[in-house]
Amino acid sequence: MAARAIWKGVLIIGKQTVPVKLYSAVSDRSVHFRLLHRKDKAPVRQRLVNAETGGTVPREQVLSAYPFEDGSLVMFDNEELEALQPKDGRDVDLLAFLPLGAIDHRWYDRPYYLGPDGDEEALNALTAALDQDHREGLASWVMRGKAYLGALRLHQGQPLLMTLRAREEVIPIDELSAPQGSQLDNKELDMACRLIEMMEGDFQPDQYHDEYRQRVLDLVATKQRGGRVKKTRARRRRGSSDLSKALQASLARESKNG
Amino acid sequence: MADAGTARRPAKAKARAGKKHPRRSKKTADTHHQHGQARPFWSGTLSFALVSVPVGLFPANRGKALSLRWVDRDGARLARRYYCSKEDIELGSDDLVRGYPVGDDRYVVITDRELEQLAPDKSQEISLQRFVPLEQVDPMRFERAYFLTPEKGGIKAYRMLARAMQDSARAGIATFVLRGKEHLVAILSHNGILRVETLRFDEELRSPGDVGLAAPSAPASPVVKRFLSAMKPLRKAKLDARQLSDRHARRVLEQARKKRKAGRDLIAVAASEKSRTAAPTQEPVDLMAVLKRGLKEGLPASSASGRGKKRSDSDGDLGALSKNELYQRAKRQHIEGRSRMTKAQLISALEAAAA
Repeated sequence: MAARAIWKGVLIIGKQTVPVKLYSAVSDRSVHFRLLHRKDKAPVRQRLVNAETGGTVPREQVLSAYPFEDGSLVMFDNEELEALQPKDGRDVDLLAFLPLGAIDHRWYDRPYYLGPDGDEEALNALTAALDQDHREGLASWVMRGKAYLGALRLHQGQPLLMTLRAREEVIPIDELSAPQGSQLDNKELDMACRLIEMMEGDFQPDQYHDEYRQRVLDLVATKQRGGRVKKTRARRRRGSSDLSKALQASLARESKNG
Repeated sequence: MADAGTARRPAKAKARAGKKHPRRSKKTADTHHQHGQARPFWSGTLSFALVSVPVGLFPANRGKALSLRWVDRDGARLARRYYCSKEDIELGSDDLVRGYPVGDDRYVVITDRELEQLAPDKSQEISLQRFVPLEQVDPMRFERAYFLTPEKGGIKAYRMLARAMQDSARAGIATFVLRGKEHLVAILSHNGILRVETLRFDEELRSPGDVGLAAPSAPASPVVKRFLSAMKPLRKAKLDARQLSDRHARRVLEQARKKRKAGRDLIAVAASEKSRTAAPTQEPVDLMAVLKRGLKEGLPASSASGRGKKRSDSDGDLGALSKNELYQRAKRQHIEGRSRMTKAQLISALEAAAA
């Protein structure tokens, strides 16, 4: 089934332009619920109220405020914030071409396939050029009032734009320090490494499926029919108190399985 | 602006499975504040073979660079409240249930407990099944990242696993259920810190063919050359992370500073101090500080929110439970007079019974 393009734009690489359509490369499979009032099973609505008095504030009186560290506030109304929004356009500017992998996957947000929008040859040529160059592009554009940065790269021979998270949103690992403690026991470490080795294999994504989603839908169907639902209680496993023993037992089990 | 627009049109409240309170819409999250959390939002067990490590999960992504809050014309902080669409009354969290729409304003009510019972083990445990070379994981699959912190009693095993995984240069693969959704995850070890990256399942990815795109055909080589030479001047050796900075946030901030200087639409300290004390629980938590502490000392095993909520009678933060949950506990412990007790009375009775 062909999907609809979510946006149209023009890639700009120096003097070269490539008109493209964007298609979402992922599909939302979450099960969506509505919040209901327990008593009458009516859907709930949200309102904004004064946190102190509890009084409802009508929508036309709602403002946005930026809180400074000293506690003072500067308020903005809707129009003012709208005026600060980036202006919509069709240009997708390529800012840089980087070695593959230079944009770490920690920045990745959502992937969009690129399809041709009238000029197939240009997109084919760009695809071939990206492939030959072993590089990915860093792109910048404004889509529906929001500024995006993206990685222009190939996925199974197809060009795509991967939107990127802003720098401020990603917690830098370098600022965290790892748990510390006394020297790890070499024998235990050796056992842990051997255990990992025994559990090594290729990544086979087709082996994993979201089975839980179907169970949720089945549960809904059962309850809709008025059927009974079995109740069991989950128990949390305790942490291994004797690491050495747990490792030894694991090794013994894995070598039996292997 | 999207955020204020959202404030003006309180949306139909939606809830994802396992998440009682609706997520802020994407639009809202753009600039309005996402409150940090002091506790991991999932707390459970990381296991490989027969070794189990008690761990907590923290998001590796934080809110947007800019956080605005909703206020009224006097600068007083606004809070989001739920109302029944039939009766015009405010609802507390105990009055809310989750319903799956089955047509014509009819819903099937699904409880947290029922969702947890659909996968009791997977809701409590990330069980590593295989260790794979990281480069085999297609970047398209990466969805979201979390940090794992050891909980009390798990520090040694955590350090051991982090070290062994880093030495072997492998990522651990597991599936587990978080907040009502099953996730395929890769556990990565980097400088002694374990990270969970949720991966998209095959069924969550579309192929180019799925969206109706044909495989690109071979283009004429002169055109390819034109592109290659257009790309050449843009070559850079590495990513300048400053380019990823949120420019829109900076513009709003600059404007806020200008207005403060000019004294326009400004609420000085005293008044906002008042609104701050009015809603102390709304103050953002420094996620960084919590994470640092968690990694360093190991957080006490907590009764975290979300699907990993522990339901043992003996421990956990009673204040985080609903009145009904407290009542059920009181019933199990045969506390007399429980049906007439308020929430606060239930808590103190349970605490007294535990002491």
